[in-house]
Amino acid sequence: MEKEFTDVSIPTSLYKKIEQKIKGSGITSVSSYVAKVLRESLLKEEETQEALTKEDEEKVKKRLKALGYID
Amino acid sequence: MIQPHGSKLVERVLHGEEKERALEKAKVLPSLKLNFELVSDVENIAFGNFSPLEGFMGEGEYRNVLNHMRLSDDLPWPIPIVLDVEKEVAKKLKIGQEVILRNESNDPIAILHLEEKYEYNREEMAEKVFQTKDTAHPGVAKVRGMKDVLLSGKIDLIQESPTPFYNYKLKPIETRVLFKEKGWRTVVGFQTRNTPHIGHEYVQKTALTFTDGIFVNPVIGRKKKGDFKDEVILASYDELIKHYYLKERAVVVILQMEMRYAGPREAIFHAIIRKNFGCTHIIIGRDHAGVGNYYSPYAAQDIFEEFPDLGIVPLFFKSFSFCKKCNSVVNEKTCPHQPSEHINFSGTKIRELLIQGKIPPPELMRPEVAKIILDYDNPFVE
Repeated sequence: MEKEFTDVSIPTSLYKKIEQKIKGSGITSVSSYVAKVLRESLLKEEETQEALTKEDEEKVKKRLKALGYID
Repeated sequence: MIQPHGSKLVERVLHGEEKERALEKAKVLPSLKLNFELVSDVENIAFGNFSPLEGFMGEGEYRNVLNHMRLSDDLPWPIPIVLDVEKEVAKKLKIGQEVILRNESNDPIAILHLEEKYEYNREEMAEKVFQTKDTAHPGVAKVRGMKDVLLSGKIDLIQESPTPFYNYKLKPIETRVLFKEKGWRTVVGFQTRNTPHIGHEYVQKTALTFTDGIFVNPVIGRKKKGDFKDEVILASYDELIKHYYLKERAVVVILQMEMRYAGPREAIFHAIIRKNFGCTHIIIGRDHAGVGNYYSPYAAQDIFEEFPDLGIVPLFFKSFSFCKKCNSVVNEKTCPHQPSEHINFSGTKIRELLIQGKIPPPELMRPEVAKIILDYDNPFVE
């Protein structure tokens, strides 16, 4: 089974800086802080894949009209 | 348009010949009869409301969700979506087999491609999801009553179960077209299981001030005795929107799903579903998805700190009330007056008045909304 956590090395000075930063913040460890920051930076605005063909989109619009959601 | 959770909107619905073949297979394959809540989960998976899930969770996914509130690819996901069966039933099923899932009327609704069968600890599930072992908590009681073995695997929907609210039921693929047609670039989702009072309207309109449209999304499903009936909730929202909203700025669409009452975890879950519908924002109020006093009032807001990668913006609201001195709806951040000047939006008080056939004062509920509710012989679940 794959390990749930793994190690990443960061400079000790940076580690200490983060330790200071998170004091009293509610974040319980440097690891939690680093994971939070990484997740934030990985959240990218990518183009949504177009899931519908033009024809399918027209069908959806037809239903929305029939239900009164659009005019 | 905002991305669905996990970037791709799931659609696992059989059409045409595939559907016909599945209906034929349903005559011979082993089958499981599901309750209303599981049928709703199946449909929510198939229509992409639960994207990126494509089926019921396997053990690895289940454990990850329970322990870390994330799927195995690190995507936020706080609630296990699982299918429980009795040991004897599980024994008869083979991994790799197709199993027909049926609704309460015994109609075939989906095929489960069985990937895994595993045992689990009900107490652990209840305690981690609901943060309590107390069996008076409806979620804990439900989990404690679950069957011994969980089945996992992708599902394919054969046919939707009938609903009296078909006209209010849209799939994420449809709401996304709807928002595009309306020209809404930002949409705020509002989760509800109640008829609207003035406090709800205040929150919705405050959020709407900063977004292009409001997506009112009542949870429809099995309710507790004394709750408003689903049809009453929908009629009351239609009336509120007709009289007090711009038609081009508000829509009501149902979400057929069980309320878990998991407080903070469920708030994240609700946010994910609304993201899949295409909402960019979600309103999270005091004690969102809570029950009794199991969660601290703002725990469902604090938990969002742990999910910077959720991809939908929560709009947090404090408790609000009507201030007689301000003559308006206020919250603790906006009003300097004493609590004695405040009238709380107590659902219980409004309900009591309605039960007596009385229209609540206009500072609590719009008279048009109250009248619609009172038009029903019995607006409450018996």
